[in-house]
Amino acid sequence: MAANPADTTANDIAELANKKPRTLWGDAWRRFKRHRLAMFGSIVMIVITVGVLIGPYVWTVSREDLDFTAIMSQPVAAHPFGTDDLGRDQFARALYGGRISLSVGFAAMVIAVSIGTLIGAISGYLGGYVDEVLTFITNLFLSLPTLPLLLLTVYLFRNEVTAKLGLEFGMFVIVVVMVGVLAWMQTARIVRAQFITLKQKEFVEAAICLGVKRSDIMFRHILPNAMSPIIVAATLEIGNAILSESTLSFLGIGFPPDTPTWGRLVTDGSQFLQTTAHLALIPAALIFITVLSINFMGDGLRDALDPRSRL
Amino acid sequence: MTQYIIRKILVAFPTLLIISVLIFAVLALAPGDPLAQFALNPAIPASTRNRIREQFGLDKPWYVRYYKWSTSMVQGEWGYSFSSKSPVINIVMQRIPQTLQVVGISYLIAILIAIPIGVISAVKQYTFFDQIATFLSFIGGSLPSFFTGLSFMLIFAIHFHWFPIVYSTTLKITDFVTLKQAINQMVLPVLVLVVQQTASLTRFMRSSMLDNLPLDYVRTARAKGLNDWTVITRHVVVNSIIPVITLVALGIPGIFAGAIITENLFRVNGLGQLLVTSIQNSDTPVVMALSFIFSILVVIFNMIADIMYGIFDPRVKYN
Amino acid sequence: MQIASSWKRSAALLAAALLLPLLVACGGAAPAAEPTKAAEPTAAAAEPTKAPEPTAAPAEPTATAEAAAPASDPKSLKILYWQAPTVLNPHVSSGTKDFDAATVILEPLAHYNEKDELVAYLAEEIPTIENGGVAKDGTSVTWKLKKGVKWSDGTDFTADDVIFTWKYASDPKTAATTSSNYTIIKDITAVDANTVKITWAAPTPNPYGSFVSFSGMILQKKQFENCIGEKALTDAACQAANLNPIGTNAYMLKEFKPGDTVTYVKSPTYRNADKTAFDTVEIKGGGDATTAGNAVCQTAEADYAWNLQVPKAALEPILAGGKCQPIAGGSFGVERIVINFSNPDAALGKKRSEPSQPHPFLTNPKVRQAINMAIDRKAIVENLYGPTGVADCNILVVPESVNSKNTTCERDIEGAKKLMDEAGFPEKDGARADKDGKPLALYFQTSINTLRQGEQAIIKSNLKELGIAVSLKAVDAGVFFSGDVGIDDTLNKMYVDMQMYTNGPDGTDSAAYLEGWTCAKMNSAENKWNGGNDGRYCNKDYDALFAKYKAEFDTAKRTALAIELNDFLIKDNAVIPLVNRRTPNAIINGLVGPTYNTFDSGLWNIDSWHK
Repeated sequence: MAANPADTTANDIAELANKKPRTLWGDAWRRFKRHRLAMFGSIVMIVITVGVLIGPYVWTVSREDLDFTAIMSQPVAAHPFGTDDLGRDQFARALYGGRISLSVGFAAMVIAVSIGTLIGAISGYLGGYVDEVLTFITNLFLSLPTLPLLLLTVYLFRNEVTAKLGLEFGMFVIVVVMVGVLAWMQTARIVRAQFITLKQKEFVEAAICLGVKRSDIMFRHILPNAMSPIIVAATLEIGNAILSESTLSFLGIGFPPDTPTWGRLVTDGSQFLQTTAHLALIPAALIFITVLSINFMGDGLRDALDPRSRL
Repeated sequence: MTQYIIRKILVAFPTLLIISVLIFAVLALAPGDPLAQFALNPAIPASTRNRIREQFGLDKPWYVRYYKWSTSMVQGEWGYSFSSKSPVINIVMQRIPQTLQVVGISYLIAILIAIPIGVISAVKQYTFFDQIATFLSFIGGSLPSFFTGLSFMLIFAIHFHWFPIVYSTTLKITDFVTLKQAINQMVLPVLVLVVQQTASLTRFMRSSMLDNLPLDYVRTARAKGLNDWTVITRHVVVNSIIPVITLVALGIPGIFAGAIITENLFRVNGLGQLLVTSIQNSDTPVVMALSFIFSILVVIFNMIADIMYGIFDPRVKYN
Repeated sequence: MQIASSWKRSAALLAAALLLPLLVACGGAAPAAEPTKAAEPTAAAAEPTKAPEPTAAPAEPTATAEAAAPASDPKSLKILYWQAPTVLNPHVSSGTKDFDAATVILEPLAHYNEKDELVAYLAEEIPTIENGGVAKDGTSVTWKLKKGVKWSDGTDFTADDVIFTWKYASDPKTAATTSSNYTIIKDITAVDANTVKITWAAPTPNPYGSFVSFSGMILQKKQFENCIGEKALTDAACQAANLNPIGTNAYMLKEFKPGDTVTYVKSPTYRNADKTAFDTVEIKGGGDATTAGNAVCQTAEADYAWNLQVPKAALEPILAGGKCQPIAGGSFGVERIVINFSNPDAALGKKRSEPSQPHPFLTNPKVRQAINMAIDRKAIVENLYGPTGVADCNILVVPESVNSKNTTCERDIEGAKKLMDEAGFPEKDGARADKDGKPLALYFQTSINTLRQGEQAIIKSNLKELGIAVSLKAVDAGVFFSGDVGIDDTLNKMYVDMQMYTNGPDGTDSAAYLEGWTCAKMNSAENKWNGGNDGRYCNKDYDALFAKYKAEFDTAKRTALAIELNDFLIKDNAVIPLVNRRTPNAIINGLVGPTYNTFDSGLWNIDSWHK
């Protein structure tokens, strides 16, 4: 290219003029597309999400009906994931459980990222004593033993909460809130670091000079520029939350036994590992594939949104 | 430097105090009955339950109990377990060796596997080796440990009979046979943990290497005419390993927290298993002590990580 | 810089030093594992010959040699409990696991055997009215103790130890969990060093309320002397004693890791020490029932697995492993549907489920009978319980002598429909309504448990066939059984029309259990829903019959009356029994001794177990 600049420049300019202008998100998308594993992860996630959302309307077999004529069925056309020891259709249960597992992941992520962003933004932008106190709180939460505390709080508060909100929804609320509340610290750290860098930039100074409100500067001007690491953290958080929920369910401290979250299905199925291993392996594989896809997506997003890789 | 260390230590105390209040309050204010396990037993009359309640001081308000608990905790009196009616400290001490053995060994193995793989992966970025390593580390990081545990047990213990299902905690290593038994019974739980830990460490090591590889000092070293091996081992690895060491230090409290799932699955009587059974039995003093020990460890190792960073990374300011 | 370079060197060294053994270990492990794989076919070939016991025995060692644990050792016994023992003093323990672990060391005066008969342990013989041990008026009982029994520290067992155990367990400040067995005693006197006379606080028809079975184990006075009252739990020496009681049984404690493992060794001072079969006994706790079953029946790592409470579909393949036999029997209790005779309608507010509010249609005996006839017990047992339960028509099934033979409960859906028609609830489009046209609907609750949700589903479809709509509710077990007056979902409050759980008498005497259907025991706000009659069943004739039973001291007549009471409840459909539940234990082929047991520890006769 450098060999004969005079010849090519004119063509290049003409070509560029015809092209759409490159944008940050456009670039990111182009790079994301090149990340094969990330694309694979995204497609799988879309399939799973669409599947659990519309699946129960298409696959109308009840997840609760017992059928003692077909217990412990192998995967067949009538029961693609087989049936359990009470003859319940595992496919219908997995579809329903997927809704719960995915919504737990998503809702916990929203909570964690919201808290993290808020604390990180305030801490990073305001600095001074506020920053010190908030950083102290962040480190304090990082010091808490997460899984033990998660087990403990869910175990202690579930009766109270489920009595008020109903068994399934109450459990959902407590799991989501606890997973979220114990997972916001990484986001807060990332956001804080971003805010500290960004608040010294010219556009922020300009905004300050124009008399823009402080909250608007933080959330309208700086935050959009800090979005990319937050998105990456958020993606990974979904995967972590799904794993946390399945761990709780596996230890019997999560959702009630008749709520077929994926973790619960693995627990129930693990009793039959020797004879009908698919009862545990299919839901476990679903958890695994979902988390794997999310992690691939996160990796792709990290590469795609990294300003250093923007050429 | 000294000032920096003192500052870190001074911050640790209020952290611990607040954590202990938090944990205690959560436990004390929770609506569940701490004596629920007695309630399930119809043979125990309500009057006896009330007497047990008084004996454990559960009739007092929580801040009175917190004061009593924290003052005796400082003096090494950790109270006694509801379910085994014996001092918490004895029960905890009994569990520590197993946890250290199983979780510690797996952590060590994970580090030893992860660091070379991470280094090679980064140096040979986008090669077949890197892609396979990255792919495998993603898989390892996404596998729920109950899934790997159950599968290993099914395949290697129940089907092939290579390793036992039940972890014997009374086994004493006296000769070669018992040594072999000890190793045999540790293989499966250790394997489960290694899969998990290697995955995250490899990725961390790789990305840390990748951060360092394009830096100027690497170019300088190469320009000096050093060969690749020397550049990588003497310069890049040494610089990249600093954040990894911090991560490893931060992960050590996790060793003590035990591997809750793995220990339960294989009946390893570690701290993680103790925690789960204590939570299920509402054995509040044990839960309290364990949570607090974990917090202390996390705070201490956070401090150590910070200090190590200060020592190894000259860019850290000590103000 | 200095630091950095030395750090580099040591890091490299460390890496090299640590990698080396790893490589060696990996290389070493692989060939070691090979031969075991090769041995696999021989184990499989041995399988067919396994059916006849004796030939199977020689095959055993090759199979277990593959597994790393040396369980085949005829001198050691390995027992698996999926709940781990946490304390070995039975009087401050809180569960079966602890009582069972204590049974290996301590002994009561007598144990119950699998036939619910008493077998003398520390007693010379079982006192009866015939041998003069039991006072005819039910005021006292005199036990003769075995002579020459020694504690494992070498001292003699005497009447003082028995008296001490009573004082210890009955002191309110000790807060013994077994206290209800000892507060019924007014006084104990030592007639001589080997005879005790127990005087009851009130005349009782049951002379065996104290010092028998798992709650009757006797502590050594010397060891626990200073542990009466609060010190039982707070004093350091007493805490240590709770974890290491000195006993009279065939084994004594070697090592106890609370919440994990108990290891016992042969006690040299045991009266039949020469007949003790095992040098070491180990109870390992934790894990889950399924893998405990695997460890006995498939890998033969352990000899005995306690209470394999797993679904039928999981239990059958485990037992098919062929290396073990299940023992199940006795009764873990009767799974039953309790019918609410009061009205749980939420519109009643505070009067909800109070005895003063009769249920709109369940008070009709024909409706209750129809419900009973509509339920498919066979489906429940065959599909859900398998070997862990039998269909059952009686509410009182243990001891075997009081299990009534006068009742039947075959499913008869047509007969049930006819009864509903007669009762005035005609069917229209598959649903039934009362005379005001209000459709029949029930709320049916139980605790959360896969098995119970299965039962609920079967019963729901049974009653749908009958024309009654059922709404199911599943409550967390911790809430359902809690008795917490602040919560509405407890079984005591019973704010539903029907509920299901398992219960049974806690001893061979059924009085306290049968009292749970008397008018006086009806749960209500007044007694904080703690009466024990959660169905609010009240029938003067039953009360009269029960009064007669309670006053009867003659054993044979009492048995007849207990059966009569059971039949009364069943004929009136006061409660609907479903399944007699059993706890299956797995024992390895070749282990002799374990029996099932209803009223005592499964390890009650461990002194005579052998391989």
